[in-house]
Amino acid sequence: MQTSITRRRRLELLIGAVLLVALALLPLPIHDVYTRNLIIITVLFAGLAQAWNILGGYCGQISLSHALYFGAGAYVSTLLLTRAGLPPTIGMFAGGALGGLMALLVGWPCFRLSGHYYAIATVVVGEIFFLLALNWDWIGGATGINIPYSRAIGDSWLWLQFRIDKLPYHYAALAFAAVAWLVAWLIEGSRWGFVWRAVKDDPIAARSLAVRVFPSKMAAAAISGALTGIGGAIYAQYVGYIDPDSVLHGQLSILIPLPAVLGGVGTLWGPLVGAGVLIPLSELTRSYLGGSGRGVDLMIYGGLIILVALARPQGLASLIGVRVRAPAGADDARAA
Amino acid sequence: MTTTIVLQVAVGGLLMGLIYALVAAGLSLIFGLMDVVNFAHGELLMLAMYATFIIWFVTGLDPLLLLLPVALALFALGVAIYHLLMARALSVRFNRGMVQIFVTFGLAILLRGAAQFTFGSDFQSIGTSWLANRTFDLGGVFIPVPQLAAGIVSLLAFGALFAIGRTEFGRALEATREDRDAVALIGIDRDRIFAFGWGLGAAAVGIAGVMLAIFYYVSPNVGANFALIAYVTVALGGFGSLLGALVAGILIGLVEALTALLIEPSLKQVGMFAIYLAVLMFRPRGLFGTM
Repeated sequence: MQTSITRRRRLELLIGAVLLVALALLPLPIHDVYTRNLIIITVLFAGLAQAWNILGGYCGQISLSHALYFGAGAYVSTLLLTRAGLPPTIGMFAGGALGGLMALLVGWPCFRLSGHYYAIATVVVGEIFFLLALNWDWIGGATGINIPYSRAIGDSWLWLQFRIDKLPYHYAALAFAAVAWLVAWLIEGSRWGFVWRAVKDDPIAARSLAVRVFPSKMAAAAISGALTGIGGAIYAQYVGYIDPDSVLHGQLSILIPLPAVLGGVGTLWGPLVGAGVLIPLSELTRSYLGGSGRGVDLMIYGGLIILVALARPQGLASLIGVRVRAPAGADDARAA
Repeated sequence: MTTTIVLQVAVGGLLMGLIYALVAAGLSLIFGLMDVVNFAHGELLMLAMYATFIIWFVTGLDPLLLLLPVALALFALGVAIYHLLMARALSVRFNRGMVQIFVTFGLAILLRGAAQFTFGSDFQSIGTSWLANRTFDLGGVFIPVPQLAAGIVSLLAFGALFAIGRTEFGRALEATREDRDAVALIGIDRDRIFAFGWGLGAAAVGIAGVMLAIFYYVSPNVGANFALIAYVTVALGGFGSLLGALVAGILIGLVEALTALLIEPSLKQVGMFAIYLAVLMFRPRGLFGTM
C-alpha cells in the first residue's frame, strides 16, 4: 500500500541518485582547469546552501553566521593537519563537530531572540569571531595558514591532497553535497521535519501543541553547523590556503544562504538549483567582466539577485515544477 | 594613564557615536515603518560621501554648504528605491522577509559595483574644508573641530526627526507603522508614507555622510563597516526607536573608543559587539524597543 507521499519521496530519491551519477560523470569529458574548478565550487556551494537550508529553510531561523561554522571546520582540520599531523579525513569530522558545537553556542543565546533581532545577533557573533581570528597569531592571524603539499605522502585520499589532478576534490565536494541533500531528504520525511516546520510557521502555536521549540531550533542548528563545518574542511584542503577573510568573513554568511534563498528556501531542490544558476553566473561575470576591476561584475551580480528575488520570490526551483507552500497570510514578513 | 587621556578618548568616542547614531536613525526609521532591514544602508552612506567628495572636488565648495543638497539628493534616492524596488518586494506572496533582505543585499552589491565603476577603488579624502584639521583645547583635552561639528549636526538632525514625529505627518507615519492596513480606511496613502519614510531615512544617512566625508576617507567599501555598526546600534537601541538609536549610538561610540584605549585597538569592535550581546540577553528587544 503506497500513499502519494511515499511515492513522491521515492521518486525524489530516484531523481537524486540519477543526478548524483550525472554529476559524477560531468567533469570527465572536461579537461579545462577553469571549468572543473567552477563545477567543484558550484557543487560545494550546493552542499553548503543545503546545510544552511536545514536551519534557515526548514526551521525558519534566518542565520547569518554560517561563515563561522564554515571557518571553524576549515581551521580545525587545517590546524590538526599542520600542528598535529592528523589527516584531514579525520580532521574533517573534528571540524564538523566544532561547527555543530559553535552553532549550539551561537544558538543558545540567540534563539531567545526573534525576527530581525535574531538575524542581526548572528551577524554580530560571526563578526566577533572573525575579529578574534584576525588577531589570534597562533592560528595564523591575518596572514592565514598555508597547507603545504607533502611530497613524502604524495597524492592520497586519506590526506585529501592531490597535486595536479583536481578531480578527486570534485568527488569529495559531491559526496559532501550528496550527504547534505540526503540529510535534508531524511528530515523532510521525519517527525523532526514536521516539528521544525511548525516552529517556522508559528512558534507560539507550535508550543501550545507541546512542541519543544528551543530544543528543536538547537537540533536544527547543530546539524546545519556540523555539515557546514565539514564543507569548510573540504574547501580548505581544496584551496590549500585559509585566512579569516576567505573562510570567516561576514560576506560568506550571506553567500552561503543566497543559493538556497534564490533557489527556493525550505525545499529539497532549491539550494541545488540556486547554486547551479547563481555560482556559475557569479564566477563567469567575475572572470569575463571583473578583470578590469571596474565593478561591472558586481553591478550585474547585484542586479541579478534583485531580479530573481523579485521575479521568483518562491525560488527558481518553482520553474522546474517544485511546489512551494504559500505562507499562512502576511505573517511571513515577521518570521524573517 | 592619566585622566586627560581617558577623557580625550571618551570625547572622540562620544562624537563618533553621534555619527553612528544618525546613520542608525535612518535605518531604524525605515525598519520601524516597514519592518524592513535595509542591507544597502551602508551603500547609501557611501554614495552621500562620494557626492560630497565629487562636488567639493569639482567646485571647491565647502562640504558644509553641501549638507542640504546632498540630503535632498539622498531623499530623492530613498523615494526612488522605495518605488522601484521595495514597493514590489512588499507585495510578493512568498518569503517576504527574505526577499526584502536579499533585494536590499543585491542593491548593496550593485551600488558598490557602480561606485567602483564610476570612481575607481582608490581611497579618496577631502583635503580642504573650513573645518578641516582644526582642534581646540578644552582644559588639556583637544577637541577636533570636524568631529565636533559632525556631532552637533547629528544632534540637530535628531531634533528635526523628533520634530517631524510631532507633526501631522509624523502621526500618520506612526499610525502606518502600527497598522498598515487600517490607515487606508482613514484616508492615509500608505504608499506615499512609505516612500516618504524611505526618503527621510536616506536623508538622515546623507547628512551623516557629508559630515563624515570631511574627516574620513571615501572608498566603494566604506559603507560596509558603518552599516554593521548601524545594525548593532539599531538592535541595541530597539528596532524602530529613535531615542534608542541616539542612546545606543553614543554608548557604542564610547565603548569602541574605550576598548581601543584600555584593551587593544584591533579589538575595539569586539568590545562594542560584546556590550550589545550582553544587553540583548537582558533586553531581547533592545534598550528602548517595543516591537
